[in-house]
Parts: sequence; C-alpha cells; structure tokens
Amino acid sequence: MDASIRAAGWLLTFVIIVAGAVPWFFWGNSQLIGGLPLWLWWHIGWMVVASAVFAAFTRHGWERYLGGVDA
Amino acid sequence: MPSPALLSGGLSAAATSVELLVVVGYLLVALLVGLVAYRLTGTDAEDYYLAGRSLGTLVLLFTTFATLLSAFTFFAGPNLAYAQGPEWILVMGTMDGILFAMLWYLIGYKQWLIGQQHGYVTLPEMLGDRFGSTRLRGLVAGVSLFWLFPYVMLQQMGAGEALVGLTDGAVPYWGGAALITVFMILYVGLAGMRGVAWTDTIQGLFMLSVIWIAVAWVLSAVGGPTAVAAGLDANAPTFLALGSSFYTPAYIISTAVVIAFGVTMFPQINQRFFVAESATVLKRSFTLWPVLVLLLFVPAFLLGTWAAGLGISVPEGANVLPVLLGEYTPAWFAALVIAGAMAAMMSSSDSMLLSGSSYFTRDLYRPFVEPAVTADREAWLARGGVVAFATMTFLASLTRPGTLIQVGSTAFGGFAQLALPVMVALYWPKTTRRGMLAGIGASQLLYLSHVFVPAIPVDVGGTTVALFARTYGGWDVALAGMALGAVLTIGVSWATTAGSDEAAERFAVGAD
Repeated sequence: MDASIRAAGWLLTFVIIVAGAVPWFFWGNSQLIGGLPLWLWWHIGWMVVASAVFAAFTRHGWERYLGGVDA
Repeated sequence: MPSPALLSGGLSAAATSVELLVVVGYLLVALLVGLVAYRLTGTDAEDYYLAGRSLGTLVLLFTTFATLLSAFTFFAGPNLAYAQGPEWILVMGTMDGILFAMLWYLIGYKQWLIGQQHGYVTLPEMLGDRFGSTRLRGLVAGVSLFWLFPYVMLQQMGAGEALVGLTDGAVPYWGGAALITVFMILYVGLAGMRGVAWTDTIQGLFMLSVIWIAVAWVLSAVGGPTAVAAGLDANAPTFLALGSSFYTPAYIISTAVVIAFGVTMFPQINQRFFVAESATVLKRSFTLWPVLVLLLFVPAFLLGTWAAGLGISVPEGANVLPVLLGEYTPAWFAALVIAGAMAAMMSSSDSMLLSGSSYFTRDLYRPFVEPAVTADREAWLARGGVVAFATMTFLASLTRPGTLIQVGSTAFGGFAQLALPVMVALYWPKTTRRGMLAGIGASQLLYLSHVFVPAIPVDVGGTTVALFARTYGGWDVALAGMALGAVLTIGVSWATTAGSDEAAERFAVGAD
C-alpha cells in the first residue's frame, strides 16, 4: 500500500475515534437500556473499539512513523 | 439504612472513631509499602526519580493511571455528576481515554526515544539542552511548579472535604487536609519513584475493585439501576438526556481538549514518559488505556449521578461520594473507600511532589544558584523543597479559593499552555530558542491574566462581552492561549535563526 495513503488512513481513523467518543447524534436523547442512557452504552462500546484500534496501530503503525529504538 | 452518624451521641462518636481508625490505618499501611520499596531504591538521581528506567507494563500503566486517582476523579467528578448529570463521563473518557492516549504516542513515545539517547530526566532539561538555553529550562520548570501548586492543593482540599463528609463534620476540614499533608511529606521523603510506583499499582488495583463493590452495594440496596433511573426521572428529569445548558458542545470540547493536553505536561506524567523499560511497555499501556479509563470513570461518576436520583443531600463543603456511601454501605466499608481514595490521592500527590522536586533541584537550583552542588546536598534540598511546597499548598488549601473542579481545571489550563510549543519543538527541527520563549511566555501571560484579573464587561457592537472572563461564548480561554502559543512558537521561529548552541539533531530519532 502507498505510504501516504496508509498514513492518511491512520489519520482519518484517529479523527473518527476522537469525534465518535461523544455520540453527538444522540443529543437530547434520553432513552434508557437497563437503567443506563443509550448514549452512555455507545460511549462504553466506543472506548472498547478505540482500544482495539490502538492495538492494531501498535502492530502496524507505531514504529513506521516515529521509528524504533534500533532505527 | 440510616447513617450511624445520624444517630445521636455515643453511637456517632463510636462510628466516627471506627472511620478514623480505618483511614489512618490504611494510610499507615501505604506508608509501610513505601518504606519497603525505599530499602530497594538506589541513591542516584536516575534511580530515585526514574526507578532506573525499568518500569514494566503493569507498573507503568498503574503508576500513570494513579495520577488519575486524584481528588479530581474521586470527589470533583462525582460532585459534578451529582450537580449536573452523568455527561462528565463523556468529557473525561474522551479526554483521558482517547485524546491523552494519542498524545501518549505523539509526545510520550517521542520523548521516550529522545530520553533513551540522551539520558534526560525532566522535560525542562530536555528542552534546555536542545535549545542551548538555561533560561528556557528555568522558564519551563518555573511554569510547571507554578501550576503544580493548585493541583497539590486540590488533593488537600479533597481530603479535608472527604473527612468532613465521612464523619459528618466531627473531623474538621483543616484536620483532613493536615492529615494528608503529613502523610504526603513522610511518604515522599522516604521513597523515590520506585516506592511511589509500587504503591500506585497496589492503590490502583484496590480502588478499581472497591469502586465496583461500592456500585454493587448501592445498587443492591436501592433495587437496581432501573429503580435509580426512575428516581432520577423524578428528582432530576434532565439528567438522563444527553447535553444540557451546562454540558454544551463548547464546554465538552474545551474541557476535554484542555485537560488532555494539560495532563501531558504535568511533571509527574511527563517524567513517566522517560521511565518505560521498553517500547513494548509503552505500546501495551497505550492499548489498554481507554478500557482502564472506562473501568474507573463510569462507576465513579455514576455513583455521583445516582446520588441525585436517590435524593441524597450533601452538606455544605462536603463531597457527594462519602455521603452516598455513608447512607447505603456499612461505616467500615465507606471508610475503606474513602481511605483508599485518600491513600491514592496521597500517592498521586507524592508523584507530583517528587517530580516537582526534581524540576526544582535540577532545573532551577543547580543551573541558577549553585552549579557545583553535591549530590548529598541536592537530595536534602529536594526533600526540604517538598516539605516547604506541601506546607504552602496546605496553608493555601485552608482558604478554599474555589470548588475542586474550578481549582483543578485552572491547573490543567496552565499546563495545557506548554503542550503545543513542546510538540512544535519535538517535530519541527527549525524551531528556535526565541520561538519557544515567545510561545511559552505569551501563552502563559494570556492565561494568567484571565485567571487573576477580574472580568471586565465591555460593550462590543451592542453586546456585552466580559473581558478577562475564563470563557468566551462558552469556549475556555485556555484554548486561545494554546493557539497563541503554537502560532508564536512557529512564527517567531520562522522569523529568527537558530543560535550555534541550538542542537536540533538532539530531537532527531528513529524514522525522522
């Protein structure tokens, strides 16, 4: 894959991860599931997704952009 | 179950002494662990401040995590959720779980790589060396110590208020604040980074467990989350809907951004960027971060929110969490949670004081006062500095200049001003000393003026704008300061040429 496309892909991914941590589209929504607001469940799920994305980044992006100790 | 403290006379006194016994006992145990770690600590600075750069994943993760275990999380957060609703979970989750994690990579990993090559112990030292400037080194250290002051004070305020709430006023505010101050000083004098890191890990695991036990206990006492939600619907009908006149998008975004950038410049956090044993440790911590944040913040802030639904009333000057636990859990358990929170706060404050003392001795005293200071004398200066600093913050905490949230956000805002100039320096080799001094100096002046100058209403085109207020149109002025800092650092660097003693190659690492 072209390096700049790959970099842009990571950048976009991180922007989405930041933007989606607050479920703006549920603004004003007060629906409850199991006694907790739906928007809170979204946030909980999103943080788990973020963790998975971060794990993928450590495998495929980490050294590529800042280098490693031996570089 | 009525709180024992609500019963009269002797019973109340007995319960209060049980609570105090648990709190003091717990703090003593934490002190003992520090002592054991101290015996294993070497005497040189790298070992004292950085635990010999050898912290593994669990310990690094939790020692960084422990800096979240502050009065800001345990008391200020639940108070805000109690007063305004649970959206604080989103603010703190976004800032800490997501934004901070990304900065952990962009600032933290980069600093770790640089630190591996040049052996830096503090941020001011790293910048001073790169830009060949003792003045810059002193400025960054001075600014950091200045903003550390209110944050240490916050821990003392939190402890004072916690014991008022737990003992229903039998222990006065100053007593709680004094208690934690004494333990802080004892502790940091007796253990270095290794002692602090060890207890941080134990505290972190302990608090994570008891906060969930507290959730289970409260929920089983009141009939589950659905019952609490019904109470919220009755007592605070706007809480469950996302957003409010308090939690506006401007507030959520400013707070999350300012705190996330501010956290990276806290001496105790920033110094941890130098201590990881290997890159793997940093990677694992980065990956686990959002989940760990979730595990702590969701229960802590939900407890605050639920207190509003359960109709808990919080006495003036107390925090909601101790009052809620006093109402629904046995006295010993409530005391244990508060003791754990206080011990965690003590351990976080120790990290702050420890890092602060390394800034003081290495970046202010040694370069400006006595370059030839002996290691022995420096160690005593560091400890003396800690005692003086903690005593001053204690005295200042007695004036109670604001709520926990206000004091905490002010400190975060001050640190956030440093973040962008530092990032520019880390990534742009053409950054100059003058650029750094201008960016850091001007952003601090802008922010300081808004913290200390009283707001002045002025008329701008028919609408009244409060000049020097902390927010403009709902946006935190700290954001404007950050932007100014970045623009000036880049602009002035552009317009000036680097001196011959500026060494940009020092920051060139890895893939650059």
